[in-house]
Amino acid sequence: MTDDNQPVKKMSIIVSRGSLDGIYPALIMANGARMEGIEASLFFTFFGLNALANKTLDSLKVSTVGNSALNMAMPMLGLPMTMPFPTWMGAIPGVSAFATHLMNKEMEKLDIPPVREFLELISDSGGKIFACKLAMDMFKLKKEDLMDRVDGVLTVGDFYNESAGAGTHILFT
Amino acid sequence: MKKNIAGTEIDVNEEGYLTDMSQWNEAIAAAIAVEEGIGTLTDAHMKVVRYLREQQAKGAALTIRSMGKSGIVTTKELYDLFPGGPLKKSSKIAGIPKPVGCI
Repeated sequence: MTDDNQPVKKMSIIVSRGSLDGIYPALIMANGARMEGIEASLFFTFFGLNALANKTLDSLKVSTVGNSALNMAMPMLGLPMTMPFPTWMGAIPGVSAFATHLMNKEMEKLDIPPVREFLELISDSGGKIFACKLAMDMFKLKKEDLMDRVDGVLTVGDFYNESAGAGTHILFT
Repeated sequence: MKKNIAGTEIDVNEEGYLTDMSQWNEAIAAAIAVEEGIGTLTDAHMKVVRYLREQQAKGAALTIRSMGKSGIVTTKELYDLFPGGPLKKSSKIAGIPKPVGCI
């Protein structure tokens, strides 16, 4: 086998954003890796910790403010994709919650689990879940504040050690 | 394309998935399992395989999540039974098409 055919053996995925739309892609990529027999580690840092903190993880929202990519077709309003989602509209109380509700409903139809269940699924499948130590210190979070499937709180150095090996790919989201 | 599995000519696609699930039998399942590195199929494997065939016959979309919720097998057990691709490998052994979803 030449180097060109070197398979992906492990995905180390860094999650730095804390909105629903910031977190799901990483969860889907990690679960998808495990389904293909590829190892997967998730490293949550900065606002990504929202996905692990028990107080926030069940109520993550789609960002409707300052999200210039959001349009009137997403999340599922049935209007053209070419119509931008106005920031002033996103700022109205309840709009983010409503957009989140629509998106969650659509994801449920595709059998995409809610965040907590998704993390449990990834953990059950052998994927590893880590929290960033520096971000934990910054946000004054303790391991007990995080959901029970967290495998550890790591420094950046620990994370690179964790990601060692030929065939590992590190992805920042 | 045709492939000889367990002494029978079977229709398969390029990846080795059966294209006609009615051509399947347990000897074929056992032969594919060996080819896929799963080894000898136990009752636990067969329970999953039969469930997959039932679901496929019903036209249900199979996901790793729905398998874990089926009551047939937990997510952990599914990964232990079919290491290296739980849904892909079990589907191949069950003689049903490769799952198309991302979940």
